[in-house]
This record gives sequence, C-alpha cells and structure tokens, in this order.
Amino acid sequence: MTGFLLEAAQVLLALALAPGLVGLIRWMKARLQNRRGAPVRQPYLELRKLFRKEVVLSTNASWIFRAAPFVVFASTVAVGFLVPLLAVPLPFDEVGDLLVVVYLLLLGTFFLALAGLDPGSAFGGMGSSREMTVAALAEPTLAVAIFALALGAGSTNLGQIVGRTMADPLAAVSPGHLLAFAALFIVMLAETGRLPVDNPATHLELTMIHEAMVLEYSGRYLALIEWAAALKLLIFFALLGNLFVPWGVAATLTPTALSLAVGALLVKLVVLAAAVAIFETRVAKLRLFRVPELLSASFVLALLAVTSSFLLR
Amino acid sequence: MTSDLAIAHLLLGLTVFAYVGGALAALSVRGAAGRALTAIGAVAGSLATLALGLWSLGAGVTPTLALPVLPFSGLALRVDGLSAFFLVVVGVAGVAVGAYGFGYSAHYEGRYSLRLLGVTLNLLLLSLAIQVTADNALTFLMTWEMMSVAAYVLVLTEHDQGGTVRAANWYLGVTHAGFAALVAAFLLLSAGDPTTSFEAMRAASLSPGARDAVFALALLGFSAKAGIVPLHVWLPMAHPVAPSHVSALMSGVVIKMGVYGLLRVTLDLLGGGPAWWGGVVLGAGAISALLGVLYALMEHDLKRLLAYHSVENVGIIFIGIGAGLMSQSYGLPGLALLGFVAALYHTLNHACFKGLLFLGAGSVLQATHTRNMEELGGLIKRMPRTALFFLVGSAAISALPPLNGFASEWLVFQALLGGAAIPRPEVALVMPIAVAMLALTSGLAVACFVKAFGITFLALPRSTAAENAREAPPSMQVGMLMLAILCIALGLGASLVVPALGGALAGLGGLPAVPIGFSLEMPLRVSGTVGEMSPVLVAAGLLLLGGITWIALRLLADRRLRVGETWGCGRFGQTPRMEYTATAFAEPLRRVFAEVYRPTQDLSIDFHPASRYFVESIEYRSAIHPWFEQALYTPVLRLLRGAAHRVRRLQAGSLHLYLTYMTIVLVVLLIVARWPR
Repeated sequence: MTGFLLEAAQVLLALALAPGLVGLIRWMKARLQNRRGAPVRQPYLELRKLFRKEVVLSTNASWIFRAAPFVVFASTVAVGFLVPLLAVPLPFDEVGDLLVVVYLLLLGTFFLALAGLDPGSAFGGMGSSREMTVAALAEPTLAVAIFALALGAGSTNLGQIVGRTMADPLAAVSPGHLLAFAALFIVMLAETGRLPVDNPATHLELTMIHEAMVLEYSGRYLALIEWAAALKLLIFFALLGNLFVPWGVAATLTPTALSLAVGALLVKLVVLAAAVAIFETRVAKLRLFRVPELLSASFVLALLAVTSSFLLR
Repeated sequence: MTSDLAIAHLLLGLTVFAYVGGALAALSVRGAAGRALTAIGAVAGSLATLALGLWSLGAGVTPTLALPVLPFSGLALRVDGLSAFFLVVVGVAGVAVGAYGFGYSAHYEGRYSLRLLGVTLNLLLLSLAIQVTADNALTFLMTWEMMSVAAYVLVLTEHDQGGTVRAANWYLGVTHAGFAALVAAFLLLSAGDPTTSFEAMRAASLSPGARDAVFALALLGFSAKAGIVPLHVWLPMAHPVAPSHVSALMSGVVIKMGVYGLLRVTLDLLGGGPAWWGGVVLGAGAISALLGVLYALMEHDLKRLLAYHSVENVGIIFIGIGAGLMSQSYGLPGLALLGFVAALYHTLNHACFKGLLFLGAGSVLQATHTRNMEELGGLIKRMPRTALFFLVGSAAISALPPLNGFASEWLVFQALLGGAAIPRPEVALVMPIAVAMLALTSGLAVACFVKAFGITFLALPRSTAAENAREAPPSMQVGMLMLAILCIALGLGASLVVPALGGALAGLGGLPAVPIGFSLEMPLRVSGTVGEMSPVLVAAGLLLLGGITWIALRLLADRRLRVGETWGCGRFGQTPRMEYTATAFAEPLRRVFAEVYRPTQDLSIDFHPASRYFVESIEYRSAIHPWFEQALYTPVLRLLRGAAHRVRRLQAGSLHLYLTYMTIVLVVLLIVARWPR
C-alpha cells in the first residue's frame, strides 16, 4: 500500500516541480546571458493564466484536436508512474519497462502531430512534419541506449536497472554507461525540443518545431500541453539522473531514505538544468537538415556503448 | 480420439461446403442476392476455419485426414499447432473481408464480373485454408498454385484500369519464379520418396549441403510470396489495383503464406539449422522493414503506401524468425521460442491492422474515387466511423501502446535484446544493429501514419470529390469494426495470446515440448524476455488518467470555448491550398534519406517575355524510382527477353513442325520409359 501511495506522491511531486524546472532553466539562461530574466515561478503563473482563459477552436478542427491534449497529458503522466523518481522498486515497475516509456511518449507525439495537421494551417503541418522527423530519427539511439542499459542490468525494467547500478557502483563509470549517457543526453535535447534542435523561446514560425505544431492551441488545452511538455523534460532529467547516477534513490521506504531521495532528486535536476542552460547558451540552433547529423552522432555513441559492454563482459 | 477426429472432419467439411457454396452462389445468382450469398459463403466458411483453428489450438490435438484423390499419397491434411494458428489468421481476415465485400462489390455491379470475383474470392479462401493444413508436398504445391492463380484473377478484376494487367503479370511472374524454387526445394527434401509426405521429410537425413540448398530455395520461394526485398516489386503494384477487400486479404493473409511456408520448412521439416540461416533471414527482414517504410513515406497513393507497409511488416516478422533461428542454433531454445512467438504474434496482428487499413482505404476510395492523398482531406467529418477505424489501425501499425502492434513489436525487441546471450560477441553484435533498424523502422512508421491519417482525414478537403464523400454502407463498417475490435483485444490480451502461441509452436523442430515460463499473470513475463509490461494496466492507467484530467478541467478550469478561423497571419479566408500536403510532410525525411531515394527533380520556369524578373509559371516535378529495383531487374528482364526471342524460333506457326516435335518427344519418352535400370 505504501508503495502505491509513494507512486502517487512521486507523480504529484513531478507535476508540481515540472513548471519550476522550465522556469529554472529559463532563469539560469537569462543570468548567463546578462539578462535579469523572469522569476523561476513564471511558468506557474503562465499555466494559471492559461487555465483561466477561453479556448479558441478552429472551424476546421475535429475531435482529434480536442482529444489530443488529454492523450498527451495522460500518457506523459502515465510515464511518470513508471519512472523511478524517488524509490525502487515500485509496484508499477512491472507495468511497463523502458520500451513502454519510449512508446508511451511516442503515443503523445503521434496525437500532437495529428492535432497539428487538424486545423489545416501551414504552420501546424510544418511543425508536425518536423517533429515526426526528429522523433523518428531519435528512435534508434533510444533503442540502442536501452539495449546498452539492459545488457548491464539484465533487464529493461527501470527499477532493476537502477537497482543494479546501486549494487555495483563501478558499473556507473564503465565506458558503456558513460557513452550511453552521452547518447541519451543528446536524444533528450531533441525529444524535449531544446537547443540546438529546436528553440523553445523562438518567435519566428519558420524556425519552430514544437511551437509551430501547437500554434493553434489556446486556453486550457494549451496549458495541458505546456504542462505535459514540462513534465516530459523532468522525466528525461530524472531518467538521466537516476538510471546513470542512482545514488540517493531510496531502496527502503523509510522517512529518512525518502527525504534523502527528494533532496538527491532536486540536486540532480538542478545540476542537469544548469548543464542544459550552459549548453543552450553556448550553441546556436542547428539548421533542420543538420539535425540528422547530430542524431547520427548520438546513435554512434549508443552503438559504441553496446559494443564496449559486449567486449567488457 | 474418434470424437476429436469427427469434430475436425465436421469443421473441415463445413469450411469446404461453405466456400464452395459461396462460389456456386456467385455463379448462379445475380444482383444483390448473389453478392449476399457470396458473402455469406465466405463468412460462414471463414467462421468454420476459425473454429477449426481455435478448437485445435485449445484442445491441443492434431487431427489428420487423407483422401485418395491425388496420385501417390493423395490429398493429405493435418492440423498441428502451426496450421491451427494460420487457420485462425485465415478465418479472422476472411470473416471481415467477406462481410465487407458485400458492400464494396456493389459498385462493381454492371461494370466488372461479379461472378468471377465471387468465385475466385471463395476459392482463394478455400485454398488458403487447405494450404496451411497440407501434410504432403503435393497437396501443399497444388493449393499453393491454386492460391496464386486465384489471387492473380482477383487482381485482374478491374482489368480495364491502367496498370492492372501489368501489375497482375508482375505478380504472376514473381510468384511463379518462387514456385519453381519451391518445387526444387521439395524435390530435394523428399529425396526420391514418391509419397512426398511431410512425415518422411522430417525423418529424412539430408547432407548439410543439401539442407543448405533446401533452405536457400525455400527462402527464395517464400520470400517471393511474402514480399521480402528485393522480391517485393509486385506488391506495391498489385495491391493498389486489386479490389480493396482483396488487397486486405492478400496483404493480411496471402503474403503470410510465405511466413507459414518458411516456418514449416525451416523449423518443422528441417528442424532448424546453422546460425547463418537465422542471420540471413534476420538481415533480409531488417532490410525489408527499413526499405519498406522508407518507400511508404514517399508514397501518396493511399493503397500503395499500405502495400509498402506490408513489406515493412513482413520484414519485422522475418526479424523475429531470424532471431529465433539464430538463438536455436546456439542452443537457447527458450529464447528461440520467444522469437518465433513474436513473429507469429506479429503475423496475426498485421493481418488485423493491415486488413483494417486496406478496408478503410477501400471505403475512402469508394467514397471519393481517388487513392491520391493530395486530393483528400477533411474526411473525418464526412466519414466519422471510417476515420475512427482507420485511426485505430494507424495507431496499431505504428506500434503505439496499448494496441496489438505494440505488444508484438515489444516481443520482437525482447527477442533481439535476449539475443545478447549468444556466447559469441561478434555474432551477438548483430542484435543491437537489428534493434536500431527496427527502432528506426517503427519511428518512421509513426511519421508515415501521421501523414496517412492526417492528410487523408484531417483539415479541409482538397477536392470536390473529398468534399462530397459519404460514409460507407453498414456491411463495410461491420467488417472494419470487427478488425478494429480485434486490434484492441489482441493488444490487451497479450498475456493470453502469447502462451497460446507458445503452445502452438511447442515441440516443433527441437523447440521445448512444453512452453516453459509462460505465465498467465497480468504482466507479460515470458522466459527469455528481459523485461515486463502489462498492456491491460497501461490501457487502464491511460483511461483513468485521461478521465481524471477531463473531470478536473471541467471542474477547475475555464470552460468557455469560441470557434474561430484558423490563424493565417492576419489573413482571412483559408483555402485547402494553404494546407500542408503529403509531399511537404514527407519532404524533411526525403532530404535526410536522399542517398537512398535518389529522387529525380525537374524544374521549369516560364519567364515573362519582357523581363526575367517576372515569373509567369513554375513547374516542378519530382519522382522517386527505386533505383535498386531497376539495377536488379533490368538485367534479368533483358535476359528473359533475349531467351524468349530465341525460343520463338521453335514456334514457327507450322502445324507439321509441331507434329514433328510431338513425335520426337513421344519417341524420347518411350525410350526413357523402357530404358533398362
């Protein structure tokens, strides 16, 4: 029972932290660029504003457009139940492994891309087309990185991967692990629409990917999509943090271990947020047709990770 | 035991009776009544087929039947687990296609021969049902040929449309080349035994060289039927021009006979082989999967797009079989079983969702008279049910959880991940590469079905035909509904389906006799898999979370809603010309994979006579011709044509000459027959 309560608590925590994480990255980026920047709580204010605004729906839109925000939100939250944020093993660990996580996120992308096409706007179609291109090209890296992780842990279940690295700390610095981390970091940038793949702060439609796709959304629907996007970012951070550096994750459900786990999670999120903020300040956005090169580089890293795991076992 | 046999004979008799009855009804009754009787025959026969398959799987019996109607060992049938599974596939697709065909063939009334369509459709179903239960090579090859010819006639239904005859000829050519390879393979296998019974073939001990030859010939012959690259050329030609329910049947079931045959020969009759067999099958599957989806992405003819996806999915099935064969050769029977189970599961799933998608495309075709996606759009408002069914099919083929495509692809992934246990690293390294290719394939498939569904059904209609489209008649909806429900049920019921498939394969060719480690618990946990998942719980979670979000929004958020025009940068009056097209949607991927596609581009600009600064018109053309097909087939075709020219000299048109040939042949035969041994 405590396990289920903990699951619910971890998802609520993730939902609560997600907008703050986006705000934190924005604030750090602003400081790095000598701007004052909006406060960290700004995304919460934006979400509140959006939830209070009316929805403007295109005359062309069908039920797909209205259903998509719910599918996106539900699938992302469902992933939140599967990813170990605070403790392992959790009762939902056997509901879905890493492959389920990847394909659940793909389910959200599928519906969002359809919703981009639905109002018949050229921007939406452009965004959908680009989003699907990036998502499709990121797939092989994700799968091979999962292969590398599963090879070490003997399982694709998230709880087992985390548990295995905790039991054998040396595995965390094995070349396979480090290469897989690098590969997943690049994929994370692509999947969550960060620089250099997509610019989350862009104001020019022609350079947008994710923003163009959701251009027609407004009000509560947009709020759901934005919130889900923030949650997706947090989940990717948590995956990078907990799969590769699992220390701090509670192995027992004692209050001390859990509060330590919350602290460790916060530290990991802040460190990764700082890394992304610094990275985003240092690089420029890539041309769309250079993105495949970045993704193939990440694919090579993932393949090297598997190869080195094979050779070293 | 006798009662078991009686049930089997009864169901088999019903199958034959219903199909033949349907065929006869098509011949003798005209009009709507004839169509109805044909459909009833097809549906009833398929139900009997389905019942036979399910009963045999459930009861775990292998009834046999031998009729002395053919020379040597006669017509011999045997329903083992593998046969029973494929009977289920035939039955499931046959019921939906039969029901759908009633409504779909209505618009053929008075234009094309409904008699021929009804007769051949029922005969095709009959030959498929007998095909998978054949117990000797003679029966197998006879029904194989019957199936090929019936499918050929069905493809020719709309014979006066451009490209139909050419497509049918290509199909006939490739399938007969494959048939020749199969005859050779079975001749080698039977090793001079005139009964050609499968029982004797299992017992025969061939030399390793002969086994390799049999494998190579069988792979060639069955790949031609299954549509594995580069023998897939007939598929994107024949599937679009055939009537849509026939396309559904061909793509869902007929090409699966290649999968059945490959499993029957390599796994059952040969009992598995060296690792390179598995490697070749795996490689062919991975290449087919990737090339299939890449060409599907560039296709804007809805049915051709689906045909290329058949190439992709057969590739995924072959990946499973290849992984199974490889694991088997390294003495990992549990893992091998997992690979084969994944392949069979995907076979059944593909029959459901691809059948569904072809039926959906048929409804669109019937309502708009075009297969060109660039002329479609906005159909979700005009054909809401067809759109919903097509969406279910699209999500299933894109392997999105919790639908059936995801369950079987997850198993294929697990079979490949488990392949890391192969003791030799250089061989095991094949697995991550296959994983990457499979992942890229499934990612691209999602992109392709966003395009297929989004451009066809969403936004504004791009032509008057699409604007005036009407929903399909009830019988067609029923056919689609059945398959859509199956797509969902087969996904949710993964924990039930997988053990059943394990049971179907158990004991075949050195696989463990009892499927160990298959649990009936909620999370799918199969021996050899390295992960767990539960489609039921994922689905329940998604529904619950979506519902909670919906209720929370209704209670807490602002509920105002205004309907306005799509934002057009301040410009009003949106037209379909402003929408993204299918070509535009696929453009980024066309650039990324330009090396594979090698598109031809042609740009011609008409300038104003006064100044080159004013453009009067721009014409842009771009086409993609699969270059490797030309590179492979042009020499073959040239050789064939040259040979035909030379052979033509024999046929001089003189009766005397022909009589001379006959005499010579007769004399030679007499000498051979009397030759002392």
